[in-house]
Amino acid sequence: MSIETATVVPDAPVIQEAKLASGTSLWQDAWYRLQRNRLALGSLVFFCMMAVVCVLGPLFTGYTYEQTELSLKASAPLEPIIERTESVKNGAPRRSYLGLSSIEDEFLEKSPEERQAVVARIKRGEVVREDRFSYHLTRLKHRFGTDALGRDLLTRVLVGGQISLAVGFAATLVSVVIGVLWGAVAGFLGGKVDTVMMRLVDILYAMPFTVIVILLMVTFGRNFILLFVAIGAVEWLTMARIVRGQIISLKHQEFVEAAVSLGLSERTIILRHLIPNVLGPVIIYTTLTVPDVMLLEAVLSFLGLGVPPPMSSWGALLDDGARTMETSLWLLVFPALFFSSTLFSLNFLGDGLRDALDPKSSKD
Amino acid sequence: MIKVIVGRLLQLIPVLWILLTLTFFLTKMVPGGPFSAERQATPEVIARLNEYYGLDKPVWQQYLSYLGKVVRFDFGPSYTYQSDSVTEIIARSFPISLQIGTLAFAIAIVIGVTAGAIAAVNKNKVWDYLPMSVAMLGICLPTFVLGPILALIFCLELKLAPVSGWYGLEYVPLHPAVMPAVTLGLFYAANVARLTRGGMLDILNQDFIRTARAKGVPEHQIILKHALRGGLLPVVSFLGPAFAGLISGSFVVEKIFNVPGLGQEFIKSVFNRDYPLILGTVIFFGTLIVIFNLVSDIAQALLDPKSRKSL
Amino acid sequence: MPLLSVENLKTYFYTRAGTVRAVDGVSFDLESGKTLGIVGESGSGKSVTCYSILGLVPQPPGRIVGGRALFAGVDLLACSKEQLRKIRGKRISMIFQDPMTSLNPYLRISEQLMEPLLVHERISRKHALNRAVTSLEEVGIQDAGRRVHFYPHEFSGGMRQRVMIAMALISRPEILIADEPTTALDVTVQAQILELIKQRQRELGLAVAFITHDLGVVASFCASVKVMYAGRIVEAGLTREIFARPCHPYNAALQQSIPALHEKGKPLFTIAGLPPDLSKPIPGCPFAPRCAYMLPKCQQTPVRLQGVTAHHETACLRFQVGEIGDLRHPLASVTA
Repeated sequence: MSIETATVVPDAPVIQEAKLASGTSLWQDAWYRLQRNRLALGSLVFFCMMAVVCVLGPLFTGYTYEQTELSLKASAPLEPIIERTESVKNGAPRRSYLGLSSIEDEFLEKSPEERQAVVARIKRGEVVREDRFSYHLTRLKHRFGTDALGRDLLTRVLVGGQISLAVGFAATLVSVVIGVLWGAVAGFLGGKVDTVMMRLVDILYAMPFTVIVILLMVTFGRNFILLFVAIGAVEWLTMARIVRGQIISLKHQEFVEAAVSLGLSERTIILRHLIPNVLGPVIIYTTLTVPDVMLLEAVLSFLGLGVPPPMSSWGALLDDGARTMETSLWLLVFPALFFSSTLFSLNFLGDGLRDALDPKSSKD
Repeated sequence: MIKVIVGRLLQLIPVLWILLTLTFFLTKMVPGGPFSAERQATPEVIARLNEYYGLDKPVWQQYLSYLGKVVRFDFGPSYTYQSDSVTEIIARSFPISLQIGTLAFAIAIVIGVTAGAIAAVNKNKVWDYLPMSVAMLGICLPTFVLGPILALIFCLELKLAPVSGWYGLEYVPLHPAVMPAVTLGLFYAANVARLTRGGMLDILNQDFIRTARAKGVPEHQIILKHALRGGLLPVVSFLGPAFAGLISGSFVVEKIFNVPGLGQEFIKSVFNRDYPLILGTVIFFGTLIVIFNLVSDIAQALLDPKSRKSL
Repeated sequence: MPLLSVENLKTYFYTRAGTVRAVDGVSFDLESGKTLGIVGESGSGKSVTCYSILGLVPQPPGRIVGGRALFAGVDLLACSKEQLRKIRGKRISMIFQDPMTSLNPYLRISEQLMEPLLVHERISRKHALNRAVTSLEEVGIQDAGRRVHFYPHEFSGGMRQRVMIAMALISRPEILIADEPTTALDVTVQAQILELIKQRQRELGLAVAFITHDLGVVASFCASVKVMYAGRIVEAGLTREIFARPCHPYNAALQQSIPALHEKGKPLFTIAGLPPDLSKPIPGCPFAPRCAYMLPKCQQTPVRLQGVTAHHETACLRFQVGEIGDLRHPLASVTA
C-alpha cells in the first residue's frame, strides 16, 4: 500500500541528478588495483625491506664480509664460539677462535672421558688452561654460521645482496635506457630508419646471449662495471621491441589523431600523450628484467665469470654453498632463501603491475 | 610460404657473419695467446707453435683465412685437444648435449602445458594456486641450486641415477641424461606453465568460447580443441628464446653433473683461449638458434592462421 | 502450448560491490513459428535472461536464484548440466552480436559448422561436411563448396553473421535465440540478415527470441514484444499495440527518442538521468526517478505486470489504477 505523504507533490517531473562521478586517471586506477592485489603489495613491501636490510644490515652485524678467521672453519649457525689464547714468549698473546664442534680436536691426545670432561668444563663457561693455550667460551655469535674461511655468513649474505641488487638494477637501467631510446626513435620515425634499426635488433636477437656475455667477460676480465654493461647490453633488445611496438600502435590510435587535429605540438604529443602510455609496459618489463639479470649474474658466478673476488654476489655464495652442500648445508640454505625470495617478490610485483596497468584485464 | 622460409634461412648468413666477426675479434683482443701460459715451453717452441697455427700473421690475414676455411666447413684443429679437429669435437660432444636438451625440452612442454592448462581451468582455486606457486619456485631457484639438491636426493640417497659422468654407468637404473635433463627441464616447465595459463585464460575469456558452449560442445572438447590452439601461442613464441636458454643452461647442468657435452667443451675452450673451438662452437650455437627461431615462427603460423601472411 | 515457458526468472550476480539483481522476475513464452522481441537498453538484463536459460551465465559470480524455464517438459534451470548441454545447439540455438569475436579465429569454418552435428548426432565427417556446405547455401553464401574451408577472417562482417546463422540452424533446432545479431553490422547488411532470419524461420517453423535495443527492428520483425528495464519487464504485448498505445512511460519515452521523428532544428529528446544501480534493492518502480509521471508512491509500492487488454500488460502503477491513460503525448518534453 502506498504511504500517504503529508506534503503535496506537484505533478512535475522530478529529475534526480546523477551524482557527478569523478573519473579516475589511469595511474590512480592502476594504484588502486595494485593495492587490492595483496600478493603484489606484499611483494613490494618485502622487496623494499630486503633492500634496506641489505644496505644497512652489514653495519650492525659486528663483522665485515671479508674478515676471515681460518681456525673457525665452517661453523654452524649460532654455534658457540670459543676463544683460544696462545701465550707467546716476548710478545702479545695470539688469539684465535674455534667453533664448539671442533673443540674436541684440540684434545686428541687425551682419552675420550677426559676429553668430554674438558669440553663440559668449557661449555659451563670455565676458563680451561692446557699447555700454553687457554680456552674460554665467548658470547660471540654468527647467526648464519661461517664459511670455510671463517667469514660471517650473515654479513656476506647481506653484502652479497647489495652486490646482486646493484648489478640487477644497474644492468636493467642500462638496458632500459638503451632500449627505450632505440625503440622510441625507431617507432616514432618509422619508415626506413625503423626498418634498419629493427633489422639490427633482429640480427642481434638471434645471437646466443649468454655466450656473448661469457666471451665479453673473458676478454675484458672480471670487472664489476663491465659486468652490468655486458648484461645490460644484451637485455635491451626486448625492451626496444616492446617500446617500438607500443609507440607504433599508439601513433595510429585515435586519440593521437585527435590531439593532432586539436593543434597540439609534436612535443606536447610526445610528452603528454605518448610517453605516459609507453611507461606502463616499460615499468612492467623493467620490474621483470631485474630478476632475470640477477639470475644471469648468478649463472656467471657459477661458471666463474661473475663479480671479481673478494666481492661476492648471491650467485657466488650459492656456488660455494652448492659445492659444500653435504657438510655445511647452511652455506647454501641462507643465500638460497634470500636470493629466491627476492626473485619471487620481484616476479610477483611485476605480475601485479602487469594486471594493474592493463585496463582490460579483470580478475573477477 | 616456401619463399618466406628460404628467405629466413638466407638471413642466417648475415647473422652468422656478424657473430663470427664479433667473436673472432673479441678473442683476439684477449692478451696472451693460447700457448703463452705453457710454462714448460721455451720461447722457440712457442714461436714454432704460433707459426704452425698461423698466429704470427697480422690479424686481418688471420681473419680472412679463417673466413675462407669456415665457408668450406673447416674450423681447423683445436688447440687443446691437439689430435682432434674442432669439427670432430663438436660431432662427439653435441649428441650428448642433444640428448639432454631434447629430454629437457620434452619435460618442459609436457609438464608445463599440463600444469598451465589445469591452472587456467581451475582459475583462482586450489588447483590454480598450487601449480603456479610451484612454478614460481621453479623460476626463482637457479638450476645450479636445484641441481645439487636433486642430485643429493636422487643420486646419493636414493641411488637412482649417477651423480656425474656419462660412460660406463650401467649400474644405475636411470640413464645419465635424466638428472641433467630434469634439472634443466623443470626450470623451463615453470615458464611454460605460466605462459600456458596466461594464454589459456585469455582465450577462455573470448566470445567464441561462449559460442562453443552455446553449441553444446562438451567442456573437455572446448579446452582441447578451442582453447588450446590459441592458448599455446605465447608458449610457441617463447620457444625461440627458450631454446637459447636451454643451450646456456646446458653449460650449468653439464658442469654440475660432469657430462662431456658441448657446453662443457665451450666453457673449457673459453678459459683455455682455444680460439678455433670457441669460434666453432659459437657459430654452431648461433646456427642452431636461428634455425630454431624459424621453427618456432612456423609453428606459430600453423597455429594462428592470421599471422601466416606476415611470416 | 508454448514451446518454452519462462516463469519468474531471477538471476543475481554476487560481486564485491554488492548483489546485482540483473534479472528480477521475468516471465515469457515462446511459440513455434512466432518471433518475440525483447527490447531494452544496455544493462536492462535482456541478454542475461537468455544466457540464464541456456546455462551460459558464469556461476560464480552469477547465480540463478529463482524461476523455471520449461522446455519439452524439462526445467532447464533445474536439470543436470549434461541434459542442458544436449539441448544447447541441438534444440535451442543462439547467435551472438559480434560475429568476428564469436567465431573461433583459429579453426576453419567447416570445423565450426560441423561441430554441432558431430557432437549431437551420430554422423560421419563426410556427411557432416556435406551438410555444412548445404547450410552455407541455405544462408545465401555462394561457392559454398570452396568457401566452407575458409577461416573466419577471410569473410566479411555480413557473411560471418550468415555463417553464425548457418551454424546455429544446422542441427534444425526448435528455438533460435538471437542476441542483437544486427547491431554490429552496416545498415544495408542489417536488412539482409533480418530477411534471412525471417526466411529460415518460415522454412523451419522456428520460435525466435530476438533481443535488441533497436525499436525499428522490433517494429518490422517481431510479432510481440517485451520491454525490459532494470531487470524487469515493464510492458509486454503485441507489437502494433505497443507502438500504437504505449502503456508505460518508459516505452513512450523510448519511442519519443527516435531522432527521425523530430523536426529538423528542434532539440532532440532524451530521457534524463541514468539507469538505476542494480546492486541496491528497488522497492517500487525502477523507472520512477526518471519518469515524468512519477509520484512518491511509485517509488515505494512494489508493482507487477498486469493486463490492460487481452494482449497488453503494463507494470506502471499509475496506469494500472487508471490515473494516466494516454501516453501518446507525454507530459513534457524532457531534455537533459
